Amino acid sequence: MIEKADDDGELVRRAKAGDFTAFEALVSKYERPIYSLARRIVGNAEDAEDVVQETFTSVVEHLAQFREEASFYTWLSRIASNNALKVLRKRRGLATVPFEEEEISNARGLPRPEFIAPWARDPLDAGKDPSIRSMVEKALGELDEKYRLAFVLRDIQGLSTVDAATTLGITEGNLKVRLLRARLQLRERLTRALGDEAARVAAPADHDETRIDDELR
Amino acid sequence: MNCDDLLKALNDYVDGRIDPAVCERFESHLAGCNPCQIVVDNIRQTITLYKAGEPYELPAEFRNELRRSLRDKWKKRFPDR
Repeated sequence: MIEKADDDGELVRRAKAGDFTAFEALVSKYERPIYSLARRIVGNAEDAEDVVQETFTSVVEHLAQFREEASFYTWLSRIASNNALKVLRKRRGLATVPFEEEEISNARGLPRPEFIAPWARDPLDAGKDPSIRSMVEKALGELDEKYRLAFVLRDIQGLSTVDAATTLGITEGNLKVRLLRARLQLRERLTRALGDEAARVAAPADHDETRIDDELR
Repeated sequence: MNCDDLLKALNDYVDGRIDPAVCERFESHLAGCNPCQIVVDNIRQTITLYKAGEPYELPAEFRNELRRSLRDKWKKRFPDR
C-alpha cells in the first residue's frame, strides 16, 4: 500500500531540476506498485514490463509538465493506466475504440449476494498469506475485463470516479455501475473462500429471485 | 428501503458519498438486516484486501535493465548534470 504519497514534493522538485538520484528514489518507491497495476490490467509479465518501461520513460520526458495538482503517484498511475490500456486495445486491433462494449447505464441483472458470511480473518492479515494472495489475484484476473478495469483504477489505484471514467473513455454513470458489479462479484468469490462457514447467514427473503431488474438510480 | 434498494446505493455508501437522507434510510435498514450488514462489511474488506497488496515483484533482470535505460535517457535529457 502506498503511504505518504503526498510527501514526494521535494523529490519531484529535485528531479525536475535534473537530479537523477531524486528521480531514482521515485522509481524505487513506485516501480513495484506500477508493475502490479500493469500486471493486473494486461495480465502477463512481458507486457507489464513494457508498460513500466514506457511509463517511467515518459516521466523522464514529461516531468517538467507535471503541474503537481495531483500527487505524483496519481499522475504516474494515470500514465501507467493509459499505457496498459493501449496494450489491451492493440491486442484487440482497435486503436481508438473506447472500452464501451455496451451501454449499461442501469443496474439490470445486478447479481444478488448469495454466500453471506463474516470473514474469518482480517483482510490485511489474510493478504499476507501467499496462497490467499494468489487466489485473490486470480479472482480479479477472471473478472470480465470491463469490470476488472473499473475496479483496478478506482478501488485499487484510487483514481477519482472522473479520472477513472475519463481514462476508460466511459461515462461516470457507466463507471459506477461497472464498479458495483465488480465489487459484488469479487465479494462473492472472496467470501466463499474467506467467509466463516459456521457463521454463514441465509440471504434475506427478498433476495430469493436471482436478478434485480429495477433501474439504478 | 429494502435489500435490493440497498444494493443499488451500496457504492455511494461505501465511498462515503451517499446523500444524507438516503444514508439515514440505508443505516436504518442495516440496523435491522444482519445479512445486508455482512455484505457491506464484506465489500469493505474486499476493497481493503486488494488495495493493500502489491502482489507482483519486478523480475531482477528487468529491474536492472530499467535502471540502465532510464539513466541513459536521463543523461540525454539533462546533459549538463
